[in-house]
Amino acid sequence: MNNAIEISVKNLNLWFGKFQALKNISIDIQKNQVTALIGPSGCGKSTFIKTLDRMNDLVDNVKTTGEVLYQGTNILDSDTDVVELRKQIGMVFQKPNPFPKSIFDNVAYGPRVHGVRKKQNLNEVVERSLKAAALWEEVKDRLNESALRLSGGQQQRLCIARLLAVEPEVLLMDEPASALDPIATSKIEDLIYELKNDYTIIIVTHNMQQAARVATNTAFFYLGELVEYAPTIDLFERPRDKRTEDYVTGKFG
Amino acid sequence: MEAKRRELVPLALLWGAGIATLVILIILLAYILANGLPVISWHFLTGEPALWGQTGGGIYSTIVATLAVTGISLLVAAPLSVGGAIYLNEYTKETPLRMVIRQAAEILAGIPSIIVGLFGFLFFVIYLAPLTGGWSMISGGLTLAFMVLPISLRTSEEALKTVPTELREGSLGIGATKWQSITTVVLPTALPGIITGLILGVGRAVGETAAILLTAGGSLNLIHSLRDPGRPMTLNIYDVLSEYRDTTTAYGTAAVLIIAILAITLITDWLMNNYTKKLKGL
Amino acid sequence: MVSSVWRPTDSFADGLWGIFPIIIGSLLVTLGAVAIGTPLGVACAIFLAEIAPAPVRRVLVPSVNALAGVPSVVYGFFGLLVIVPWIRGQFGGFGTSVLASWLILFIMILPTIISISTDSIRAVPREYKEGSLAMGATHWQTIRSVLVPAASSGIIASVILGMGRAIGETMAVLMVAGNSITIPNSIFAPTSTLTAQIALEMGYATGAHREALFAMGIVLFAFIMILTGLANLASRRRITY
Repeated sequence: MNNAIEISVKNLNLWFGKFQALKNISIDIQKNQVTALIGPSGCGKSTFIKTLDRMNDLVDNVKTTGEVLYQGTNILDSDTDVVELRKQIGMVFQKPNPFPKSIFDNVAYGPRVHGVRKKQNLNEVVERSLKAAALWEEVKDRLNESALRLSGGQQQRLCIARLLAVEPEVLLMDEPASALDPIATSKIEDLIYELKNDYTIIIVTHNMQQAARVATNTAFFYLGELVEYAPTIDLFERPRDKRTEDYVTGKFG
Repeated sequence: MEAKRRELVPLALLWGAGIATLVILIILLAYILANGLPVISWHFLTGEPALWGQTGGGIYSTIVATLAVTGISLLVAAPLSVGGAIYLNEYTKETPLRMVIRQAAEILAGIPSIIVGLFGFLFFVIYLAPLTGGWSMISGGLTLAFMVLPISLRTSEEALKTVPTELREGSLGIGATKWQSITTVVLPTALPGIITGLILGVGRAVGETAAILLTAGGSLNLIHSLRDPGRPMTLNIYDVLSEYRDTTTAYGTAAVLIIAILAITLITDWLMNNYTKKLKGL
Repeated sequence: MVSSVWRPTDSFADGLWGIFPIIIGSLLVTLGAVAIGTPLGVACAIFLAEIAPAPVRRVLVPSVNALAGVPSVVYGFFGLLVIVPWIRGQFGGFGTSVLASWLILFIMILPTIISISTDSIRAVPREYKEGSLAMGATHWQTIRSVLVPAASSGIIASVILGMGRAIGETMAVLMVAGNSITIPNSIFAPTSTLTAQIALEMGYATGAHREALFAMGIVLFAFIMILTGLANLASRRRITY
């Protein structure tokens, strides 16, 4: 692992009320790489990723300890500008959630919210983002149509374009392809592979083949613990922990 | 950050809107109660109204009139709405008939009181005069029933809907008939919700004026039979103000009304909360 | 034919012209009340749905219900004894006026707008809110650009229903509008509405006069039906392009 570190997590613990969902997680996420988080359902992967952009704040009764260092500061501090943070660290959800607006307005939403007003600038940003999300060719003639009319795969790429329009550094993806058919899934995976050159990507997936296909490094979560973290090839072919081995060989999951 | 500062203005405005709404209510209540409570006394509540322009009378006959019309409207609306709700929810499938009844109830709910009053006037006061006694408590009560019905029908239906199907299936499964299931299982479970709806309807009936204006007659005399004309409290406020400018009596009547309706609202809210709590505990 | 009620025209045979000022009165009074009540009502709804902490909600929601439960005659009473003299003192004239009607009516339609709009905003799927926040939009930006537009069909329906309530309101308007059958020339001038006129004259109308009042009732009914139909249309429409 020789890239710079983008996010450094140290001793992260998280409780939902009395239930401890994350146990002493420490992990360094490399810049401009794809890091996959795998593990059985309910073992903390989504919770972890949501901690990184403080989306867990939306849930009641959450307590966290530990540090998440990004750009030199601990983003878990209460005086962190969460709004600015989420601009830098954007999230794509499992179920595509385009706004009930036109395709153009969906992508332009982010820039508009951050102050970009001029029509020309917006047009440029929208085109750039849709191209980066590999969606431009398919929608360039119907930018004013409702985004809800797109197929599932297109909607998800739209959500990605929406994020790219605010120029984040980090992309968090929570099972981005699990609601999509195989063809759409492979398009998303190709996209992720492309994007990693410019962004740091963390992707939660329950599909091990997907992790193997796109991720440089993979982390295996089990029951709230980070069991093993290694370059993807190493994790799958030479797992060091028995639990990892059991999972990747399909003994449970 | 600059964005956060810009957030403060809309946030303050929204808080302002909430507070303003609250303040409006408080001003309204405070004014009426402050001026009206002193007027209320035992004599006020039980005494006969003073004659022609003199102040100092009571509002006993108006209270009786209010009770009479409200009682009649409830008597008519309750069985109709509960029965109707049972019919709609338990017996019919999604037939056109069901949609028609629903639509009719929706429309009825939106009709302004004065138009219901016009209808009541035509039908009960004029057409059915021999039966109702023309302008009378019966005419008023029956007209009011039309206003209570949409509300209580809808809430009764909702109450029935919240009864889980498992209960019905369980009852039928041990060989009870549909009707038995309804009366012994479904209705009792839905009863709190139904009663809440009826109480809400009562609240509406108590506060109704325009429809009463056209059908109940307006006489201040204490009613001896339901076919007599009378003047419920709401109408009394209007009448004493416009005829005698008797603000004292008006304040007192208004205070009594407000207290009654507030009590009804609070009881309904409390019942609803208990009801939903009980359901969750199920 | 009919009594000299509906001057400026002399004969009722002129039809609608006779009640034209009254229709104008109804419309004027309604539109003003809606213009005042909608911003306050929608703002309060947003407040209740997104901003207010639970204890505040526990107080505000019953308060809104209480406002809805106050009888119309009590509103009229309040208007007559508080608002009318205030207008008279500040602006002269009789005080019973279009403005007085607006001030009372908007309060009466507030609960309708607030409760339905609050429900509409609450009904917006969580994903929209999460998606917006996850991109670094602020809460207010999310409310303004995502939640409110998504809830707009319900909000519009609530305003239309409020309009229906306003135009059908009788007692309160009766007591504060002044009951003058002229087209008002300023908001401080008195006016009359369909509802008030019917209520006022039914007591002593006979024959053709009575029939005319019923005709007014039918006109009113027609307005209400149109409004209810519009409200249903609005609330069924999903936000599509």
